[in-house]
Amino acid sequence: MSEFRPEPSIEPENAPEFEERLLLLEREDWEINQAVLQPMLKSGWVFWVVVILLGALVLWGLYAWGYLVYWGIGVSGKNRPVYWTLFITTFVFWIGISHAGTMISAVLRLLKADWRRPITRGAEAMTAFALMMAGLYPLIHLGRVWKFYWMIPYPNNRFMWPNFQSPLMWDLVAIFTYLIGSGLYLFLALIPDMAMARDHTEGWRYRLYRTLALGWRGTEAEWHKLHRALAIFSVAIIPIFLSVHSIVSWDFAVTIQPRWHSTIFAPYFVVGAIYSGLAALATILVIVRSGMKLQEFLRAEHFNALGKLVMVAGMAWTYFWFAGFITEWYGNEPVVRELIHEEVAGKLAPLFYLQMTANLLPIGLLVFKKVRTTPALLLVTTLLVNVGMFTERVLIVIGNLERNHLPFNWGTYRPTWVELSIVGMTFAGFALLYMLFSRIVPYVPVWEIKEGRLRYTLRRIGRLLIPTAAEIE
Amino acid sequence: MSHSAEVNHRWAMVVDLDRCTGCQACVVACHAENNVPVAGEKQAAYGRWMHWIIIHRYWEGEYPNVKARFMPVMCQQCGEAPCEPVCPVFATYHNPEGLNAQIYNRCIGTRFCGNGCPYKVRTFNWFRPEFPEPLTEQLNPDVTVRSRGIIEKCTFCVQRIRRVEIEARAQGREPQDGEVQPACVQTCPPGALIFGDLNDSNSQVSQLARSRRAFRLLDELGTDPGVVYLKGGETDV
Repeated sequence: MSEFRPEPSIEPENAPEFEERLLLLEREDWEINQAVLQPMLKSGWVFWVVVILLGALVLWGLYAWGYLVYWGIGVSGKNRPVYWTLFITTFVFWIGISHAGTMISAVLRLLKADWRRPITRGAEAMTAFALMMAGLYPLIHLGRVWKFYWMIPYPNNRFMWPNFQSPLMWDLVAIFTYLIGSGLYLFLALIPDMAMARDHTEGWRYRLYRTLALGWRGTEAEWHKLHRALAIFSVAIIPIFLSVHSIVSWDFAVTIQPRWHSTIFAPYFVVGAIYSGLAALATILVIVRSGMKLQEFLRAEHFNALGKLVMVAGMAWTYFWFAGFITEWYGNEPVVRELIHEEVAGKLAPLFYLQMTANLLPIGLLVFKKVRTTPALLLVTTLLVNVGMFTERVLIVIGNLERNHLPFNWGTYRPTWVELSIVGMTFAGFALLYMLFSRIVPYVPVWEIKEGRLRYTLRRIGRLLIPTAAEIE
Repeated sequence: MSHSAEVNHRWAMVVDLDRCTGCQACVVACHAENNVPVAGEKQAAYGRWMHWIIIHRYWEGEYPNVKARFMPVMCQQCGEAPCEPVCPVFATYHNPEGLNAQIYNRCIGTRFCGNGCPYKVRTFNWFRPEFPEPLTEQLNPDVTVRSRGIIEKCTFCVQRIRRVEIEARAQGREPQDGEVQPACVQTCPPGALIFGDLNDSNSQVSQLARSRRAFRLLDELGTDPGVVYLKGGETDV
C-alpha cells in the first residue's frame, strides 16, 4: 500500500470550488481510507503533550470538586441571593454547544445538504461530549451530591417520587433522552466506518473495531436498514434538541425572578444555543483540520457554508435578544429597570459590552467570504462568538440574580478558585475526550464521503470536462 | 388552601411596622429557638447570614434629614408559593395548615427554591453548621440541626404550633387565639409581631389584617403571603 501523499493546504482564494470536488473524484477509495486512517493511527508528540496538559487540568478540577463536596458549597462564590453561579452558567453553555451537532447532522441530512458530509461526525461527537460535560453540572452544583439519586424516579419503600412539576426534572429527562439519542445517532452513522477501520487495522484496534462494527458487511439490506434508521433518528432527534434547551431556559423562566420570567426565553435560548454551537463546531473543525491534516476533506466550501450558517444564527440571535430587551426596556418596571441599568451602565457594563461586541462583530465579519474561508480568521471569529455567548450566560444567570424586588436583598458575587477550576475541568475534559475520540474513530465519515462522490460524474461536453451532480440517496 | 375535617387553620403573622424599632431581638430569639447556625462576620458580610428573620433597614431622605425604616422579613408562608413547584424532590411543600414546610432530610440542595422566592428568605447551609462555644449548650432538642448543603427557612416555629395543638387535642379543645407564640413573637419588646389563625375571623391577626393599615409584601406578585404588614402612622427612629 503506497504512502498517503498529503495535499498541500488548499488556498481557497486560488482554487475554485468545483476543482476541489474534482480532487476527491480523482482519488481511489483506498486512498480516501488511508487519508482518514493515517492521521488517526499516527499522533505526533504535540498531541500527547496536549493530552497530558488537559489530563492534568481535569485532575486538578476533580480535586477542586472533591474539595467542594468535602467542605460544602460555601467554598464556591455563591451567596444569598446569588444562589446559582458559574456552574449553571457553564451548564447552559455546554448544553448550547451540544445543539449544533444535531443541527448539522440531522437537519442538514434531512435537507440533503451535500456539504454536511465530512463534518457530521465531528458535529455529532461534539454533541455527545458537550452533553456529558453539561450533565456534570446539575450534580456538581447540588448541596448534597451524594443524594442526587433522589431525583431519579425509582420505586422505593417510602413511596417518594420526584416532583415532575419542577423544570429540573424535565431537565433530567430531556438531557438523558438527548444523551442516549445523540449517542445512538453517532454510533449508527459510525458502523460502516468501523467496518472499514476493522479491515485496515490490527491488534487492539482490530478487536475494538470488530466489536463496534457489529458484523457489518456492507450488503444492500444493511445499507437500506442503516439509511432508514438514520432517517428516523434525524426526524426524531429534532424535537428533542429543541426541547432540551427550551427546558434549560425554563429553569429560569418559570421562576418569578425579574428578567428571568420571560416568554421569549425558550426560543431565545434555542437560537443562542445554535449560534454558539455552530461557532464552536467551526472552531473545532479548523483546529482538527490542521491537527489531523484533513485539508483535503474539510475544504473552503465547507467552511464557507458553515460560516454562512453561523452568520444566519447570529442574526436570529440578535433578533430574539432585541425583541426581549426592547420589551423589558419599555416595560420599565422598577426592578427590571434597575437590572438593565446595572447591565448597560453599571457594574456589569464591561461584561455587557464585551458580550455585545463579541456577539455582533462576528456577524459583520462573516459577511466576507475571505473571513469564512480563511481558517485563521474563521477561528478567531468563531472563538469570539463563544466568548460572547459565555458572557451572555454569565449576565443572564449571575447578573440577574444580584438584584431582586427588595433592595435589602441585593448581593454581589465573586468567583473562587474552586469554581474556576471546575469550569476549567469541563473545558479540558471536553477537549481531552474529543482528541482521544478523534484518534480512535475515523473523524471524517468515510462512507458518507464515498456516497457523496457517487453523486458526481465527469461529463465531457464538447471539449470541457464538467462535474455533474445526480439526485440520489 | 386545603381543608380537612379536623384541622382548619391558616397560621399567619402580623408585623406592625409602626411599632418595630429594629432592635433585632426577634432575630436573636429565632437563632436560639431554631438552632440557626452563626455564619460569622466574614461570611455574613458576603451575604451568607443564616437568619430566618431579617430586619431590612432602609434609609429615607438625605442627610441630615434621614429616617431609618425597619421591616422584619421572614418566610411569608405563601399560599401560592413560588418556591414549592420548582423543587425536584418535594423537599418543600404546602401543608394543610397553610404552612410552607421545608423537609430538611429530603433537600438535596439545588437552591432552586431560593431563586424562586421573591423575598429571598431561604437560607442555605454553605458549610457544616457551627455553634460557637456557649451556644452548643443551648441547642433546642425540638428542632433538627441541619447538615451542610441544604436549604432552611422560617417555619413559624412549627414545633411550638405542634406542641400547642397536641396539648389542646389532649384536653379536647381548640387552640386558643394567642396560645401559639413563635419565638420572635414572644420576644418582640414593642409587640410588633402578632401570631394567630387567619381562618378564625375573631382572632387578633384576622382583625388586624382587616385594618386599613394592612398590606402584604410584594402582593402584586400573586404569592398570597401569610404575613400581613401594618403601616400607617409616622415612626421616627
